[in-house]
Amino acid sequence: MLHIYCPYCGEHREESEFRPKGQAHIIRPKDPVNTSDEEWGDYLFFRENPRGIHHEMWVHAVGCRKFFNVTRDTVSYEILEVYKMGEQPTVTAATQQKGGQK
Amino acid sequence: MSQINRLTQGGRIDRSKTLNFSFNGTSYTGFPGDTLASALLANGVDIVNRSFKYSRPRGIVAAGAEEPNAVVQLGSTEAAQVPNVRATQQALYQGLTAASTNGWPNVQNDVMGLLGKLGGKMMPPGFYYKTFMTPASMWMTYEKLIRKAAGLGRSPRENDPDIYDHMHRHCDVLVIGAGPAGLAAALAAGRSGARVIICDEQEEMGGSLLDSRDLINGQDPALWAAAAVAELLAMDEVLVLPRTTANGYHDHNFVTLHERRTEHLADTAPQINGQPQARARMHHIRAGQVILATGAHDRPVVYANNDVPGNMLASAVSTYIRRYGVVPGNKLVLTTSNDYGYRAALDWHEAGREVVAIVDARAKPDGDLVKAAREKGIRIITGSAVFEGKGSKRVSGARVARIDLDNFKLAGSVEDLVCDTIASSGGYSPVVHLAAHTGARPVWSDEAIGFLPGKVKGMTPVGSARAVYSLSAVLADAVEAGASAAAACGFESGGIELPQVQSATEGPACALFQVPHEKPTMRAPKQFVDQQNDVSAAAIELATREGFESIEHVKRYTAMGFGTDQGKLGNINGMAIAARCLGQTIPQTGTTVFRPNYTPITFGAIAGRHCRDLFDPERYTALHSWHLKRGAKFEDVGQWKRPWYFPIGNESMHDAVARECLAVREKVGILDASTLGKIDIQGKDAREFLGRIYTNKWEKLGVGKARYGLMCKDDGMVMDDGVTTCLAEDHFLMTTTTGGAAGILEWLELWHQTEWPELEVYFNTVTDHWATMTITGPRARDLLSEVTDIDLDKDNFKFMECREGQVAGVPARVYRISFTGELTYEINVQANYAMRVWEALFQHEAKYGLTPYGTETMHVLRAEKGFIIVGQDTDGSVTPEDLGMQWCVGYDKPFSWIGHRALTRPDTKRDDRKQLVGLKPVDPKVVLQEGAQIVRDPNQTIPMKMVGHVTSSYYSPVLNSGFALALVMGGHKRMGEKVYLPMADGKTHEAEIVSPIFFDPKGARQNV
Repeated sequence: MLHIYCPYCGEHREESEFRPKGQAHIIRPKDPVNTSDEEWGDYLFFRENPRGIHHEMWVHAVGCRKFFNVTRDTVSYEILEVYKMGEQPTVTAATQQKGGQK
Repeated sequence: MSQINRLTQGGRIDRSKTLNFSFNGTSYTGFPGDTLASALLANGVDIVNRSFKYSRPRGIVAAGAEEPNAVVQLGSTEAAQVPNVRATQQALYQGLTAASTNGWPNVQNDVMGLLGKLGGKMMPPGFYYKTFMTPASMWMTYEKLIRKAAGLGRSPRENDPDIYDHMHRHCDVLVIGAGPAGLAAALAAGRSGARVIICDEQEEMGGSLLDSRDLINGQDPALWAAAAVAELLAMDEVLVLPRTTANGYHDHNFVTLHERRTEHLADTAPQINGQPQARARMHHIRAGQVILATGAHDRPVVYANNDVPGNMLASAVSTYIRRYGVVPGNKLVLTTSNDYGYRAALDWHEAGREVVAIVDARAKPDGDLVKAAREKGIRIITGSAVFEGKGSKRVSGARVARIDLDNFKLAGSVEDLVCDTIASSGGYSPVVHLAAHTGARPVWSDEAIGFLPGKVKGMTPVGSARAVYSLSAVLADAVEAGASAAAACGFESGGIELPQVQSATEGPACALFQVPHEKPTMRAPKQFVDQQNDVSAAAIELATREGFESIEHVKRYTAMGFGTDQGKLGNINGMAIAARCLGQTIPQTGTTVFRPNYTPITFGAIAGRHCRDLFDPERYTALHSWHLKRGAKFEDVGQWKRPWYFPIGNESMHDAVARECLAVREKVGILDASTLGKIDIQGKDAREFLGRIYTNKWEKLGVGKARYGLMCKDDGMVMDDGVTTCLAEDHFLMTTTTGGAAGILEWLELWHQTEWPELEVYFNTVTDHWATMTITGPRARDLLSEVTDIDLDKDNFKFMECREGQVAGVPARVYRISFTGELTYEINVQANYAMRVWEALFQHEAKYGLTPYGTETMHVLRAEKGFIIVGQDTDGSVTPEDLGMQWCVGYDKPFSWIGHRALTRPDTKRDDRKQLVGLKPVDPKVVLQEGAQIVRDPNQTIPMKMVGHVTSSYYSPVLNSGFALALVMGGHKRMGEKVYLPMADGKTHEAEIVSPIFFDPKGARQNV
């Protein structure tokens, strides 16, 4: 069971208080009417399934009801970063790669 | 003395008190401090079980959790039955009743054993797959036979009389294991002031210190252990959990501990002052740091007939002699690859019994223990190993020869030794199981000749769990780790003075897994790798020959390391054999995955108090007690208990529902609709938000007006519906389906927080705050006028409007909306006033014929009107257009609302989509089955082309006929066509496709 830091409550809480909501940073096309069927299909249905760094959205469902983002390693399940909605991650597959080369 | 193998002195047992117990119906005696296993060995009981597959007689092999054979059924009564108990871990108590789990008619004379003997050739690995595979229809029969023959204990047929608790705890440092490493680490961490939890699975804390030959400060190391436990118990921030197994290690240092509180006392928990006590506790621990002090298991050597009773682990022999005062035989042969195995021979010799020989695989062993054995005149045969045991129900001899491990063959003449016990030690295997639970693969170490725990963040293995074996090194390692763990949690350790340790110096060990035989492995007598699952070296060799190269496949083909055993004794030998057969190294072959639970756990401990009435919460409305008094039958809707119907006298459900339906259509009925989801929406952009989230338009909805809304996901499929009312320019009340309430609130938050944070809008659930009473029927207005000051004139308070006022002297919101098609007022009051209002309405019961109705009548009435229920008439693949609800779609709204774009996808434009229609059975007496499949031609060959299915179906008293809603391919253009519904009983019903609105199609009745 994961131990997740809620950036709004400012505390680590048990996973059972949260619900995973899938891949983060999926942006709804601004002009859906003029979006092609293929682009619309990509937005609706296609998600990444990486081995390693994954940015995903969680909601503190039985806590503050706030959505936020988590950067998690899908192999070790380690949570590398938690950040609020609208913010960008500082830990990414690219930064991890660079760190490894040093 | 009946305990023929009991020494007159020594061991940690209390000889002043005798305990009586029974095993397989025979009475025996033992002492406090015994385990069931030590007491059985003391009484000379050789055979404790029959093996799983071949039904071979089996005896006790080990002294702890790794025991593969002595798995017994416990319990003196039916309700107290416990399967899967290891006799080596079960403390003896007065009156203990145990039985073997396998063996028919009994373990001494087993009928299945005959099959096993024949089956030696007949039951290779994959036997079940190969033999019982065809015909598939026979599998159920095969399975019953196989299960009966296999049998690994049974569950009780009566309710468990005991209670169990769950505890949730946080700590800085969790120490798993209280041997020398665990105790030292816990002391170091505890003295820093950190919150420490230390647990140990055994009856007594101390681990190897309880049967060690080493000295600490010149004394028996058990004394040091006792002092350490006493110091830990006295620390305020330290929790000591004896008889507690860490059974699962999960992500982020979440560890579950299974504490057995009374199983050493009786098979059901004794009462305390007449009160029940918890038999077991499950502790859910979130630890800052975990110290893995789980120790190591002695590894048996694989040789022919190594499963005959009398074959034991060398370490277990030492434990039984030194800890329990039991010598499990008379004439010992020891086969070993290392120095510490020698302790078994030395202990045996000191107990006054004969050591026939020590057979050492190494050419020139020379450690302190080897010298000690030489000084005692014990014969040592070097460069050799026992390659075969003799005997059937008990060892009668050992066959010994020089071995050439490089070429995997015997390298000299054979000597036959007469003995009744063969002890073997192939070296230690660190107990890496828990570390592996989180997915960290164990890492092979050539130096340690074993697997070490993989890296887990926040976890430190100490002592023999990471192949540090000498006691002084173990203590130093553990103190360092304990202090570091505390420091990682912000606690400074003052350091700890290491005690003086006197222990033997050990020489290097050699790698010995399977001993070669005169015959090839496939023809030699069985060389067992996993005794619990009856997996032999030949089986692993066969698996590799048949093409199973991955160790995970070998495991599944042979069953090695399955079930409750989880590969404690057998896995590393099995991997070594697979590696040899495949011409690989052990690290190339790798390990299988060890899974929770480390040892079996009773279901009660897993369930805790979450059973019976507390299994799932029940939600009641504010009017629940009235419904009970009125004799309502209830239906579960999510967690809610909703009145289903209100029978009068012996009325059947059919009659009650028909009466309730007619009461609504002719007079007035009342429904407790409090469970409806209610979300309060406020903010200056609330109206804009509604326009984006609903399919229809909201910009012109005036204050005091209500509107039905349909909600889609962005794939265009209907997900919820309900009425939303405008209470003020910036204030709306949304209603949702009963089951959808929580999910819809989260849905609104999702869109607001992630896509449109710039909108000023706030949501809150008010489902429980408001009670909702629906009065509906031609006389609803007359009834309501008796108890309200609100102007109910049809022109002043129109359909789809809302008014605030007093009802029965209580502030109320009243909505004119209708889910029945009749004149309806929905009265909403603060929940704690609901009973007063409800009862005030019922003061006029006789005058207006007021009739309470339940969910079943609600369903019939709404279906007669063609009103859908999301989740019943839709299934996540239905668009508003499929429902014929284009009137509820704002195609030209400026913002491309959720679901809008999907409605122009080619798939949602297909004209053969399943569409909502009504079905009228040709025979009005027929009520079609919900879920029944629809075909156009009942005479076509099977499989028929299915063109739709029934979603809702009832009997309608006003139509005096069955009727249904259904989803039918292209149904909107097929009005008047006949379709057919073939049923499982062979009948085929005929029905006509009609409009889904069966009653009052113009909606005149609700608008009066």
